[in-house]
Amino acid sequence: MTMFSSRNWREYPHRYRTEASKFKKSGKTYIPKRLIDPETGDTEQETVRLPETGKVLTYTIIRIAPSQWGDNAPYALAIVEMTDGTRLMAQMTDVAMEDVKVGMEIRLEFRRIQNEGSHGVISYGYKAVPKWF
Amino acid sequence: MAAGIVGYGAHLPRHRITVEEIAKVWGADAPSYKKGLMLREKSVPPPDMDTITLSVEAAKRALIRSGGVDAADIGAIYIGSESHPYAVKPSGTTVAEAIGATPDIHCADFEFACKAGSEAMYVALSHVKAGEMKYALAIAADTSQGAPSDALEFSAAAGAGAFIMGTDNLVAEIEHTHSYMTDMPDFWRREHEFYPQHGGRFTGEEAYFAHTKGASNAILKKSGMKPSDFAYAIFHQPNGKFPQRVAFELGFTQEQIDPGWLAPTLGNTYSGASPIGLTATLDVAKPGDMVFMCSYGSGAGSDAFIWKVTNRIDEVRDLTVRTQKLLEENLTYIDYGTYAKFRHKIIKNA
Amino acid sequence: MRTVCIVGVGMSKWGEVWRMSLRDLHTQAALNAVKAAGVDHLDSMYVGCMSSGLFVGQEHLASVLTDYMGMRGLAATRVESACASGGLAVRSAFIEIASGMSDIVMASGVEKMTDVDGDEATYALATAADQEYEVFHGATFPGLYAMMAVAHMEKYGTTRDMLSTVAVKNHNNGSMNPDAQYPFKISMEQVANSVMIADPLHILDCSPITDGAAAVILASEDVAKKLGKPYIKILGTGTGTDTIQLAQREDMTTIKAATIAAGKALDMAGKKIDDIQFAEVHDCFTIAEIMVVESIGKYVPGKAGEAFLAGESALDGAFPINSSGGLKSKGHPVGATGVAQMVEVYKQLTGQAEKGRQIPGAPKLAMTQNMGGSGGSSVVHVLEVA
Repeated sequence: MTMFSSRNWREYPHRYRTEASKFKKSGKTYIPKRLIDPETGDTEQETVRLPETGKVLTYTIIRIAPSQWGDNAPYALAIVEMTDGTRLMAQMTDVAMEDVKVGMEIRLEFRRIQNEGSHGVISYGYKAVPKWF
Repeated sequence: MAAGIVGYGAHLPRHRITVEEIAKVWGADAPSYKKGLMLREKSVPPPDMDTITLSVEAAKRALIRSGGVDAADIGAIYIGSESHPYAVKPSGTTVAEAIGATPDIHCADFEFACKAGSEAMYVALSHVKAGEMKYALAIAADTSQGAPSDALEFSAAAGAGAFIMGTDNLVAEIEHTHSYMTDMPDFWRREHEFYPQHGGRFTGEEAYFAHTKGASNAILKKSGMKPSDFAYAIFHQPNGKFPQRVAFELGFTQEQIDPGWLAPTLGNTYSGASPIGLTATLDVAKPGDMVFMCSYGSGAGSDAFIWKVTNRIDEVRDLTVRTQKLLEENLTYIDYGTYAKFRHKIIKNA
Repeated sequence: MRTVCIVGVGMSKWGEVWRMSLRDLHTQAALNAVKAAGVDHLDSMYVGCMSSGLFVGQEHLASVLTDYMGMRGLAATRVESACASGGLAVRSAFIEIASGMSDIVMASGVEKMTDVDGDEATYALATAADQEYEVFHGATFPGLYAMMAVAHMEKYGTTRDMLSTVAVKNHNNGSMNPDAQYPFKISMEQVANSVMIADPLHILDCSPITDGAAAVILASEDVAKKLGKPYIKILGTGTGTDTIQLAQREDMTTIKAATIAAGKALDMAGKKIDDIQFAEVHDCFTIAEIMVVESIGKYVPGKAGEAFLAGESALDGAFPINSSGGLKSKGHPVGATGVAQMVEVYKQLTGQAEKGRQIPGAPKLAMTQNMGGSGGSSVVHVLEVA
């Protein structure tokens, strides 16, 4: 499926630099950024960059993948909680499927996320790798 | 004005393929390749890793070791590579965006076979030396490809080294540089071609050795130094054998090249080769050590550098992962089928 | 607010219906419902459909469908909330009659899913997840529910057998439903040994890809009485939403939208969850049935699995769930599912369920729970026999 380059470009601050909204009242951080804290309605916020490490809260191994991922299956997909408590979904890479566990420590690395074949734009962003150092 | 490296970092894939595994597929004689090239295995980038992603991670580590350089203060990013992911669209802007260095910045992608990385270093140094900018980031990165069954397939590897150049808070000061080039048809890749071509044994004496020696002898003369004045030396390493031979012929010892002699287990990281060797050398160098470095790129030329390590090295080397650790730990060995899939060597109808 | 009744129901053929198009399927279900209800006209219709654009390339759906029903000119609206589209079509029709604006309204649902290959169907379904922060990273629907299953297993010790028993029970019920796509029984071993789709979910934990349509005719009670046929009353309707991003939910082991929807529907009906005698719930994956019955308050979180293993959700159990076979066995043409749940409840409450499948004891009060995506939306209805 084609992803227009503008759609990806718009998300660079989140995907490239994990920029997130930290709201003043609740102290909660959300990625991607949003105008309003969904829990408190607060609009006062600062932009922060997420810490690089966290842990796996839950995961799955995708064995039947959509077309743009077909050649990469099986791959692990996880919801991770970064050390500041912010949660996000990320694909896991550089990991054997049998080693993925709830609670495992991860580090976000900059990787290719999607390609539009050999001709289209390359989408980059974060993936989670096991934290080994 | 003193100029040099303020922060440095490297990144390598964790995947490796052995010479035996490749030789098995093509009916090649593994022991003679291993002996002839002094090469045991090489790094392989997985499909989600490329020159840009390797560059970003290496650059982040360079920032960590920079003692708090604000990415916004970086005035230029130069990436040397023969495997920029796009034929048209810069790698540098993506790296700049990812580390938060846009928009007041100058970016350029360099290409000069295996020398593109050292030329990025050379230009970045020149900028800060001239006072044009406070910091300049030079990155040497490749995910190079050798044609299946070609001798290059046994060595073509992936990795990146990144260096933030500046004029204060240095970990290594540049003492001298010298570059040496001629027009040399030893290795090339035409536009739209997937794999490079090379001149076989012609890539040796008249190409690699003539230029590395040309640059090395000139910089030694210019500096009035001799090989024994150096704690360490790093040469471009298309395999394990060439850098060792040129080192010995110039009068350097195995002990001097050891920390930066990565090719036997890393392979040839092309633009990344001697720069990544430099990161591994800085990881073990002591304050005051003199470090010799000489790159080589087909086509052809060598950039030679003489670095003097400062006291700050002790504070920064362990702020992030050492290059030797990336080389030796957390490895996963893959078979040729996986390697062929990773490197897009399997024909699939779209 | 006026009382709203269901006065007739209709289904199309369900399954991989190669010979029928989206419009054919819908027309069949709609005309069956109109005929069953015995109405001579409709005031309007609401059709639930998740993604006719991606599945068959057709938007502007309501006009296409009224034309082929022989009802050009009819007021018609398409409703979309992913897999909850059908349930919301029913709710929309309900509101139009309850308000007094119309007397006879059709609520229908349709999805034609087999005109694209598996990859494209996976992609189309995944559009119900967050495109930029889930699908972008490689999420699929089985994957999202698998992550909820792992979280549920971690938190409550939910087991493989608890998941399997949902599939086994629903296939047993579906084996007696002539409308079911997969009307055969399966064993616990077959579920556990079937191919893995997204760990820990096997293919037999997943509802299938289905072509199908369903329609119900809603009418005011005056009209229902005049028609002189069995009818049921919709006592309550409730709907709720939640973030569609799984990562941003406080608790990934519960479906908050279903909790909200059930609470509202029960309040409106003036009933408590324990008054409900049976339910059709959205078992798109086995774990979903467990999470839903906990989320609507029927079971304490973490306790549904044990109750299922003890047989409580079987046809002759204390709280029969998915007597139709559920999405699992009956099929899951996503936009039609919420409407088909109404069809089943109508049949059960009016004593018209097929032999062997009729819930014993002539139950009077039922609930339907339909949900969109990984639980980003849910709609619940409480229904009572007239």
